[in-house]
Amino acid sequence: MDFTTFAKPSTVDTNNDKSNSDLHFWKHVEYIENHGKDQDDFEYCMTEFLRMSGIYWGVTALDIMNQLDRLDRKSIIDFIRRCQCPVTGGFAPCEGHDPHMLYTLSAIQILCIYDALNEIDCEAVVRYVSGLQQFDGSFFGDKWGEVDTRFSFCAVAILTLLGRMEGTINVERAVKFVMSCCNQTDGGFGSKPGAESHAGLIYCCVGFLSLTQSLHLLDIDKLGWWLCERQLTSGGLNGRPEKLPDVCYSWWVLSSLTIMGRLHWISADKLKEFILSCQDNETGGFADRTGNLPDIFHTLFGIGALSLLGFEGLKPINPTLCMPQYVIDRLGIKPQILPKP
Amino acid sequence: MSDSDSDDWSEEWIPYSQRAEWADVVPLAQDDGERPIVAIAYSPKFREVFDYFRAIIAHKEKSPRALELTADALQLNPANYTVWQYRRDILRALGSDLYEELDYLEEVIRDNAKNYQVWHHRRVIVEMLNNPSKELELTEVALERDNKNYHAWQHRQWAIKAFDLYENELTFVDRLIAEDIRNNSAWNQRFFVLKHFGLTPEVVQREIQYTMNRIRVVKNNESAWNYLGGILRHGDHGTVNRNVEVISFCEELYASGVRSPYLLAFLIDLYKEQCLQQTNEADAEVLSKKVYNLCSDMSKNHDVVRRKYWQYVADQLKLKLSEK
Ligand SMILES: [Zn+2]
Repeated sequence: MDFTTFAKPSTVDTNNDKSNSDLHFWKHVEYIENHGKDQDDFEYCMTEFLRMSGIYWGVTALDIMNQLDRLDRKSIIDFIRRCQCPVTGGFAPCEGHDPHMLYTLSAIQILCIYDALNEIDCEAVVRYVSGLQQFDGSFFGDKWGEVDTRFSFCAVAILTLLGRMEGTINVERAVKFVMSCCNQTDGGFGSKPGAESHAGLIYCCVGFLSLTQSLHLLDIDKLGWWLCERQLTSGGLNGRPEKLPDVCYSWWVLSSLTIMGRLHWISADKLKEFILSCQDNETGGFADRTGNLPDIFHTLFGIGALSLLGFEGLKPINPTLCMPQYVIDRLGIKPQILPKP
Repeated sequence: MSDSDSDDWSEEWIPYSQRAEWADVVPLAQDDGERPIVAIAYSPKFREVFDYFRAIIAHKEKSPRALELTADALQLNPANYTVWQYRRDILRALGSDLYEELDYLEEVIRDNAKNYQVWHHRRVIVEMLNNPSKELELTEVALERDNKNYHAWQHRQWAIKAFDLYENELTFVDRLIAEDIRNNSAWNQRFFVLKHFGLTPEVVQREIQYTMNRIRVVKNNESAWNYLGGILRHGDHGTVNRNVEVISFCEELYASGVRSPYLLAFLIDLYKEQCLQQTNEADAEVLSKKVYNLCSDMSKNHDVVRRKYWQYVADQLKLKLSEK
């Protein structure tokens, strides 16, 4: 992902890492800010189809680190405006691409962080999202008709952020569809009815239920136990049984447990250790697991997970929407979160 | 990532700008606003192909040469969903032979088995043909390479559901579980198939035997224990404690010294349910003691990391008993 065009000249002394002996704070800031700068633009082209999400990952991570002012708000908002499809109202990941639910959510998330929803046609977005709901309550990701619980989450997240959940979609059917993807064997969720439970999709479904105030439908103890079982001896969490631990799955499991009020069921210290071990202490950024190359996606989820664990020097993050909590408060949104028992 | 451009400009690949049949097309460079005009070291091929792709999209050209161009573009970046969508538009417009498209996709999927777009494209083509005859084999090959590939399993479930291909699926699942007894995806598929046929009491009984036999082989198998719980709860209105055979199976394992957290978790569930159903106070007391002891054993010895969960389970039972 390339932030070159969005980065402002650096003003902060980056040799200030002593206060954060275990988190390479300034290295990560630099990594996000400079991402793509030192590279030829091969990767820039390869990731064009998800650029909007890339910007969301970087903007959110920097805001959590209280360094949002390093990016140029205006050029990012201009970019987003150019990506709104004038016909459908949805957002493309980048100019010249087709709109999709995934990038529409990323665009709305960035605009909310910048308090700039007034810059785009929100009504068109509402029409786009509600138009993708199917009779059974599920959502298409775009007009091509792929159904996935990820898109159910995106739909209600977008509408919640726009304050337009009421009367725009059939919430009851949407909830029914998501619950039809719950597996009797382990209490988890997959992408569709009958599909295997998967931590990323569990996050989408638990997040969906949090946004629709329906967490009472969950078998908290059963799902909670399955989610805690994702923690391996390394401290990291995996997404399914017998898979390797991964920083992004750590976020998905951790945020789901947080929404369910069960964060304390896993070992926070061991998880912290694992996440910090995935930092690249030369270039900055987080990798999926220890020793691998960092990327911006895992960098957000590393920082986000540390924030959920109460890491010092990071702003609190909202587990449901993966955005800074102060933004959610400013919007007056209250995703359901269960209390610790 | 950048190693994929190592064979650029190889002999067999002729740049579009040098092909007579493309002479009428003016490539359309990306207008990225302030995009830095740095030396383009990455891939001239990449840039050229996508510049021509933008040009054909701009002209809404749907021709055999445009179809070929999308294949070039997808070889360079199979995750670019806009190219896939345009390819479908061309296929429809040309009325192309979709069986050829299936052959093409077989190759693409072999190299990109974890890509959302390729699988979605495959599904759309199969739907257009209304012919799923190659899907089981295709996914079988993908699962031979990675037996937990989520995309392959999703596609397989879709084909089975959409075209009623359940008939031999249990045999396939059996084989996969035999090959890798901890394959959670295969256990999930087993549940998927049986739910379709109906979990009658006979089927439940057979599945209990099947699962117990697998647990005898590998005791600490999360997937098998979850499956056993799912099957029992399905048959017994949400509880796991009514099957005498399962109870003695678990107690024998425990007595023989097995301390798998999954076994202990299962016993805790079982005794907890029995305890709460018990009307005789003394018996309930004995059962609750069993639960507390197992929970404490878990939190101190077998599952220390999740000790707070086990404390919670014990506390919950205490709370429920006090409310009784
Ligand atoms: Zn990951």
